[in-house]
Amino acid sequence: MLVLRKFLRDIPAVLGAVIVLGVVLLAIFGPWIAPYPEDASASHLLRRLRPPSAAFPFGTDNLGRDIFSRVILGARGALKVSLAVVGAAMAIGVPLGLVAGYGRGILSEAIMRVTDVFLALPQLILALALAQLMGPSVESAMLALALTYWPFFTRIVHTETQRLRNALFVDALQGIGASTPRILFLHILPNILSPIIVRATIGLGFTILVAAVLGFLGMGATPPDPDWGLAVAQSRGYLPNAWWFATFPGLAILVAVLGFNLLGDGLRDLVDPRLRRSR
Amino acid sequence: MTPILALRDVAVSLGGRRRWLRPSVPPVQAVRGVSLDLAEGEILGVVGESGCGKTTLGRTILGLQRESRGEIRLDGTVVSGLDPRAARRARNAVHYVHQDAAASLDPWWSIGRTLEEALVVQGLRDAAERRARIDEVLAAVGLDASARPRYPHEFSGGQLRRVALARILALRPRVVILDEPTSGLDMSVQAMVLNLLAELRRRYGLTYVFISHDLSVVRRFCDRVAIMYLGRVVELASATEVFAQPRHPYTRALLAASPSLASETRPRAPVPPGEPPSAARLPPGCAFSPRCPHAQPRCREVDPALEQDGRGENACLRWREIAGADDPAMQPA
Repeated sequence: MLVLRKFLRDIPAVLGAVIVLGVVLLAIFGPWIAPYPEDASASHLLRRLRPPSAAFPFGTDNLGRDIFSRVILGARGALKVSLAVVGAAMAIGVPLGLVAGYGRGILSEAIMRVTDVFLALPQLILALALAQLMGPSVESAMLALALTYWPFFTRIVHTETQRLRNALFVDALQGIGASTPRILFLHILPNILSPIIVRATIGLGFTILVAAVLGFLGMGATPPDPDWGLAVAQSRGYLPNAWWFATFPGLAILVAVLGFNLLGDGLRDLVDPRLRRSR
Repeated sequence: MTPILALRDVAVSLGGRRRWLRPSVPPVQAVRGVSLDLAEGEILGVVGESGCGKTTLGRTILGLQRESRGEIRLDGTVVSGLDPRAARRARNAVHYVHQDAAASLDPWWSIGRTLEEALVVQGLRDAAERRARIDEVLAAVGLDASARPRYPHEFSGGQLRRVALARILALRPRVVILDEPTSGLDMSVQAMVLNLLAELRRRYGLTYVFISHDLSVVRRFCDRVAIMYLGRVVELASATEVFAQPRHPYTRALLAASPSLASETRPRAPVPPGEPPSAARLPPGCAFSPRCPHAQPRCREVDPALEQDGRGENACLRWREIAGADDPAMQPA
């Protein structure tokens, strides 16, 4: 309860939580909320590039589709990509970090050096190269992002595991004969869960952004998907006259990423042990 | 009678590392040739300054730390020279209670789950039997079953010691290594813990290795005392003898430095000057010689071994002369 009250005092974090909740709700109920759900694929050439009005709050795009509906419908795709990417990155990164942090031998050194190499490469470049290699599609963008995001989890988990490896309760567990997998997954993992959750939250926002960039560059979603990044890319030819075409999908990206980052920052403050001690 | 636990010339070196293209780190000789016999049912106190190798010795007996030399026998069977996992299996009759009970419990696990886990790890499959045993040991340490769903942070320091003891007792040990079981507790809780330990020993027929630097507790509680200095046992005798008639200059100095005992102990020896030298760079000869008020040149050349002194053992070249100096009965006739 104390934790909740502390969190509620952190206004940016609460704002972030509200935005994230909104994105999640849009992702789940999008097709029922959107005024023109069929505009995900249908085109109406007679009402091309209408400015915002009561009927079309965000205006219409070059194929006469309601941008408001497409922004709402885009939430599901964005969230799906980021959840899949962060989930896959965690599935790769967390076990590697645990193993590398707990062991002292050549294996843990090898894991960390490979991690360092991946961290040293700019994520976007690597993702672009991979996406190029596999042909543009949402799946290849997801795979590329997952393959570039896992080192962040490995780093964090490695550091935290190394700290806990020498904890007395781990020593006591070794003393009663507990196996290494038991110690790692049942004891160390729950104890380092909070930094992982914080990193995952920030990662969700970051992935939405990078996925949008890939979409913008034509390496991610393909038409006619209601993808935010793709919409911004398509709008380029109609600027500055049809300013609404680029603005609203862009704002959707901005707000969603901002929400995840604010929430992640708030969570980090919440689990920071230095702040916890001063309570 | 075979001792339940016998150590012969056990040595442990820690750390040493050969590094690539950099000077290698020499190992630290944490324990240097310790020989001990532990009779069934006795309480052996292990006393010494911080960093003298008490805890390392305890962890080596347990099997978590691998001995670099020497032999350990449990009930007459050799259990040394194995890799840590095998050593731990062979020494399942030995268990260790950590100094800091709070930190030795996983904060995310309730007490009941922690206790049960120890039994699961040891391969007790029957859930009903596990529950029965946990209830039994919780009762034995004076906690009731309501402790099970609670988490470590909800208990006081004294209660956590009980929980840590219960966890070990559930595994049916024969030898329990108690690492500083009374440190950080106030006097009344200390007395409570000691009474509990005495009662548990009677009830379960336990043998204790009692690691401590609290001399008054050791004097009250232990049958025999081993005084350690820089990885070596320098004096080993019954508790009464050690406190009444310390033979080794280091023991004398230790007793003199103990505020609560100083007035009662007969021999007044000066508090040793300086810090103990680093275990990584030991002085030649007797390790205590740089701080010893009785040191002579030969003390810096010969590293004395433990020898019988009539009431126990000690490792000082000059113990006869030193004892003679302030005890007329010891003067050579």
